[in-house]
Amino acid sequence: MPEEQHSLSSGWGRALVFAYGVFAVAATGRSLVQLGTDAGKAPLAYSLSLLAAVIYLVATTCLLVGGPRAWKVAVVACSIELVGVLTVGALSYVATDLFPDKTVWSHFGQGYAYFPLFLPVAGLAWLRATRPR
Amino acid sequence: MTNWLEVLVYVIAGTAAVVALVHLARDRPVEDGMYLLLGIAELLLLVQLVLGSVDLANTDRDVSGALFVSYLVGVTLVLPIGAFWSLAERNRAGTAVLLLAILTVVGLQLRLHAIWAGAGA
Repeated sequence: MPEEQHSLSSGWGRALVFAYGVFAVAATGRSLVQLGTDAGKAPLAYSLSLLAAVIYLVATTCLLVGGPRAWKVAVVACSIELVGVLTVGALSYVATDLFPDKTVWSHFGQGYAYFPLFLPVAGLAWLRATRPR
Repeated sequence: MTNWLEVLVYVIAGTAAVVALVHLARDRPVEDGMYLLLGIAELLLLVQLVLGSVDLANTDRDVSGALFVSYLVGVTLVLPIGAFWSLAERNRAGTAVLLLAILTVVGLQLRLHAIWAGAGA
Protein backbone atom coordinates (compact mmCIF):
# COMPACT_ATOMS: atom_id res chain seq x y z
CA MET A 1 0.00 0.00 0.00
CA PRO A 2 1.83 3.12 -1.18
CA GLU A 3 -0.25 5.42 1.05
CA GLU A 4 0.94 3.59 4.15
CA GLN A 5 4.52 4.11 2.97
CA HIS A 6 4.21 7.88 2.95
CA SER A 7 2.06 8.29 6.02
CA LEU A 8 5.03 8.80 8.35
CA SER A 9 5.92 12.14 6.76
CA SER A 10 2.46 13.50 5.99
CA GLY A 11 -0.06 15.18 8.25
CA TRP A 12 1.45 15.88 11.65
CA GLY A 13 4.39 13.79 10.54
CA ARG A 14 5.22 16.62 8.16
CA ALA A 15 5.65 19.06 11.04
CA LEU A 16 7.64 16.43 12.90
CA VAL A 17 10.00 15.89 9.96
CA PHE A 18 10.66 19.62 9.80
CA ALA A 19 11.38 19.87 13.53
CA TYR A 20 13.62 16.81 13.44
CA GLY A 21 15.38 18.16 10.37
CA VAL A 22 16.13 21.46 12.10
CA PHE A 23 17.52 19.63 15.13
CA ALA A 24 19.54 17.27 12.95
CA VAL A 25 21.25 20.26 11.35
CA ALA A 26 21.56 22.18 14.64
CA ALA A 27 23.05 19.27 16.58
CA THR A 28 25.37 18.25 13.74
CA GLY A 29 26.62 21.81 13.33
CA ARG A 30 27.07 22.29 17.05
CA SER A 31 28.96 19.04 17.61
CA LEU A 32 31.23 19.64 14.60
CA VAL A 33 32.09 23.16 15.78
CA GLN A 34 32.63 21.95 19.34
CA LEU A 35 34.79 18.98 18.34
CA GLY A 36 36.61 21.04 15.71
CA THR A 37 37.54 24.00 17.89
CA ASP A 38 38.30 22.52 21.31
CA ALA A 39 37.60 18.78 21.55
CA GLY A 40 39.55 18.36 24.80
CA LYS A 41 37.54 20.88 26.79
CA ALA A 42 34.49 18.69 27.39
CA PRO A 43 34.87 15.35 25.58
CA LEU A 44 31.79 13.77 27.15
CA ALA A 45 29.50 16.71 26.41
CA TYR A 46 30.75 16.98 22.84
CA SER A 47 30.41 13.24 22.21
CA LEU A 48 26.84 13.42 23.47
CA SER A 49 26.17 16.32 21.10
CA LEU A 50 27.42 14.13 18.27
CA LEU A 51 25.28 11.20 19.45
CA ALA A 52 22.24 13.51 19.55
CA ALA A 53 23.06 14.67 16.02
CA VAL A 54 23.22 11.08 14.72
CA ILE A 55 19.93 10.17 16.41
CA TYR A 56 18.16 13.23 14.99
CA LEU A 57 19.50 12.37 11.54
CA VAL A 58 18.33 8.75 11.83
CA ALA A 59 14.87 9.81 13.04
CA THR A 60 14.47 12.39 10.25
CA THR A 61 15.53 9.87 7.62
CA CYS A 62 13.23 7.14 8.95
CA LEU A 63 10.22 9.46 8.98
CA LEU A 64 10.96 10.50 5.40
CA VAL A 65 11.55 6.95 4.14
CA GLY A 66 8.49 5.37 5.77
CA GLY A 67 7.47 1.72 5.80
CA PRO A 68 7.48 -0.87 8.61
CA ARG A 69 11.25 -1.17 8.91
CA ALA A 70 11.84 2.58 9.09
CA TRP A 71 9.02 2.74 11.62
CA LYS A 72 10.84 0.27 13.89
CA VAL A 73 14.16 2.10 13.60
CA ALA A 74 12.40 5.38 14.32
CA VAL A 75 10.90 3.93 17.52
CA VAL A 76 14.38 2.87 18.66
CA ALA A 77 15.86 6.28 17.76
CA CYS A 78 13.10 8.24 19.54
CA SER A 79 13.37 5.99 22.61
CA ILE A 80 17.15 6.49 22.86
CA GLU A 81 16.52 10.19 22.37
CA LEU A 82 14.00 10.31 25.23
CA VAL A 83 16.28 8.35 27.56
CA GLY A 84 19.19 10.55 26.47
CA VAL A 85 17.51 13.87 27.10
CA LEU A 86 16.16 12.71 30.48
CA THR A 87 19.52 11.27 31.61
CA VAL A 88 21.69 14.11 30.36
CA GLY A 89 19.11 16.64 31.53
CA ALA A 90 19.13 15.23 35.06
CA LEU A 91 22.93 14.72 35.14
CA SER A 92 23.57 18.30 33.99
CA TYR A 93 21.84 19.49 37.17
CA VAL A 94 23.25 16.86 39.55
CA ALA A 95 26.77 16.19 38.25
CA THR A 96 27.76 19.60 36.91
CA ASP A 97 31.46 18.66 36.81
CA LEU A 98 30.68 16.05 34.12
CA PHE A 99 29.57 18.80 31.75
CA PRO A 100 31.95 21.77 31.66
CA ASP A 101 30.26 22.78 28.40
CA LYS A 102 26.68 22.39 27.25
CA THR A 103 25.14 19.76 24.99
CA VAL A 104 21.86 19.89 23.11
CA TRP A 105 20.33 17.83 25.91
CA SER A 106 21.74 19.79 28.89
CA HIS A 107 19.13 21.03 31.37
CA PHE A 108 16.45 19.12 29.42
CA GLY A 109 17.10 21.19 26.30
CA GLN A 110 16.69 24.55 28.01
CA GLY A 111 18.87 26.34 25.45
CA TYR A 112 16.52 25.15 22.71
CA ALA A 113 13.25 26.18 24.39
CA TYR A 114 12.84 22.61 25.75
CA PHE A 115 12.13 21.31 22.23
CA PRO A 116 14.59 18.41 22.75
CA LEU A 117 12.39 17.23 25.62
CA PHE A 118 9.14 17.63 23.72
CA LEU A 119 10.36 16.18 20.41
CA PRO A 120 10.87 12.50 21.39
CA VAL A 121 7.51 12.46 23.18
CA ALA A 122 5.78 13.88 20.10
CA GLY A 123 7.76 11.46 17.94
CA LEU A 124 6.76 8.40 19.95
CA ALA A 125 3.12 9.56 20.04
CA TRP A 126 3.16 9.96 16.26
CA LEU A 127 4.77 6.55 15.78
CA ARG A 128 2.15 5.00 18.05
CA ALA A 129 -0.59 6.53 15.91
CA THR A 130 1.03 5.27 12.70
CA ARG A 131 1.89 1.77 13.91
CA PRO A 132 2.02 -0.54 10.86
CA ARG A 133 -0.61 -3.28 10.88
CA MET B 1 24.94 44.22 13.07
CA THR B 2 22.25 46.48 11.69
CA ASN B 3 19.79 47.21 14.47
CA TRP B 4 16.74 48.35 12.52
CA LEU B 5 17.00 45.26 10.35
CA GLU B 6 17.06 42.95 13.36
CA VAL B 7 14.06 44.70 14.90
CA LEU B 8 12.16 44.52 11.61
CA VAL B 9 12.85 40.79 11.31
CA TYR B 10 11.54 40.21 14.84
CA VAL B 11 8.42 42.30 14.18
CA ILE B 12 7.57 40.46 10.95
CA ALA B 13 8.40 37.06 12.42
CA GLY B 14 6.31 37.86 15.51
CA THR B 15 3.35 38.97 13.38
CA ALA B 16 3.63 35.90 11.15
CA ALA B 17 3.87 33.62 14.20
CA VAL B 18 0.69 35.07 15.73
CA VAL B 19 -1.18 34.77 12.40
CA ALA B 20 0.02 31.17 12.01
CA LEU B 21 -0.97 30.35 15.59
CA VAL B 22 -4.49 31.73 15.06
CA HIS B 23 -4.89 29.73 11.84
CA LEU B 24 -3.56 26.65 13.59
CA ALA B 25 -6.04 27.02 16.43
CA ARG B 26 -8.98 27.64 14.09
CA ASP B 27 -7.88 24.85 11.72
CA ARG B 28 -7.86 27.14 8.68
CA PRO B 29 -5.20 26.98 5.99
CA VAL B 30 -3.04 30.12 5.76
CA GLU B 31 -3.74 32.66 3.01
CA ASP B 32 -1.28 33.63 0.29
CA GLY B 33 -0.58 36.80 2.25
CA MET B 34 1.30 34.69 4.77
CA TYR B 35 3.75 33.61 2.09
CA LEU B 36 4.12 37.25 1.02
CA LEU B 37 4.95 38.21 4.60
CA LEU B 38 7.51 35.42 4.86
CA GLY B 39 8.91 36.51 1.48
CA ILE B 40 9.54 40.00 2.87
CA ALA B 41 11.21 38.48 5.95
CA GLU B 42 13.39 36.38 3.64
CA LEU B 43 14.44 39.48 1.68
CA LEU B 44 15.42 41.18 4.93
CA LEU B 45 17.43 38.13 5.97
CA LEU B 46 19.26 38.19 2.62
CA VAL B 47 20.06 41.89 3.15
CA GLN B 48 21.25 40.95 6.63
CA LEU B 49 23.56 38.33 5.12
CA VAL B 50 25.24 41.02 3.01
CA LEU B 51 25.34 43.74 5.69
CA GLY B 52 26.40 41.25 8.37
CA SER B 53 29.31 40.02 6.27
CA VAL B 54 30.41 43.62 5.68
CA ASP B 55 30.15 44.33 9.41
CA LEU B 56 32.22 41.25 10.17
CA ALA B 57 34.93 42.36 7.75
CA ASN B 58 35.07 45.81 9.35
CA THR B 59 34.94 44.96 13.03
CA ASP B 60 37.96 45.00 15.34
CA ARG B 61 36.24 42.92 17.98
CA ASP B 62 36.84 39.22 18.47
CA VAL B 63 33.86 37.58 16.74
CA SER B 64 34.06 33.92 15.72
CA GLY B 65 33.76 34.57 12.01
CA ALA B 66 32.99 31.10 10.65
CA LEU B 67 30.27 30.59 13.24
CA PHE B 68 28.76 34.02 12.57
CA VAL B 69 28.68 33.51 8.81
CA SER B 70 27.24 30.00 9.16
CA TYR B 71 24.36 31.47 11.17
CA LEU B 72 23.94 34.35 8.70
CA VAL B 73 23.62 31.82 5.89
CA GLY B 74 21.65 29.27 7.92
CA VAL B 75 18.92 31.73 8.87
CA THR B 76 18.30 32.51 5.18
CA LEU B 77 17.65 28.82 4.39
CA VAL B 78 14.92 28.12 6.95
CA LEU B 79 11.99 30.03 5.45
CA PRO B 80 12.37 28.79 1.83
CA ILE B 81 12.66 25.18 3.00
CA GLY B 82 9.81 25.59 5.49
CA ALA B 83 7.55 27.28 2.93
CA PHE B 84 8.29 24.62 0.31
CA TRP B 85 7.71 21.81 2.82
CA SER B 86 4.43 23.34 4.03
CA LEU B 87 3.03 23.97 0.53
CA ALA B 88 2.68 20.23 -0.08
CA GLU B 89 -0.11 20.21 2.50
CA ARG B 90 -2.04 23.41 2.99
CA ASN B 91 -3.80 22.23 6.11
CA ARG B 92 -3.16 22.30 9.84
CA ALA B 93 0.10 20.39 9.51
CA GLY B 94 1.32 22.77 6.81
CA THR B 95 0.57 25.72 9.08
CA ALA B 96 2.42 24.00 11.92
CA VAL B 97 5.46 23.67 9.64
CA LEU B 98 5.35 27.41 8.92
CA LEU B 99 5.09 28.20 12.62
CA LEU B 100 8.07 25.96 13.36
CA ALA B 101 10.04 27.65 10.57
CA ILE B 102 9.27 31.10 11.99
CA LEU B 103 10.25 30.02 15.52
CA THR B 104 13.48 28.57 14.10
CA VAL B 105 14.29 31.91 12.45
CA VAL B 106 13.69 33.74 15.75
CA GLY B 107 15.89 31.23 17.59
CA LEU B 108 18.69 31.57 15.03
CA GLN B 109 18.42 35.39 15.10
CA LEU B 110 18.84 35.38 18.89
CA ARG B 111 21.93 33.15 18.58
CA LEU B 112 23.27 35.29 15.76
CA HIS B 113 22.99 38.36 17.94
CA ALA B 114 24.73 36.55 20.83
CA ILE B 115 27.54 35.39 18.56
CA TRP B 116 28.02 38.95 17.30
CA ALA B 117 28.21 40.05 20.93
CA GLY B 118 31.03 37.55 21.45
CA ALA B 119 29.47 34.21 22.43
CA GLY B 120 31.04 30.96 21.23
CA ALA B 121 29.44 27.67 20.15
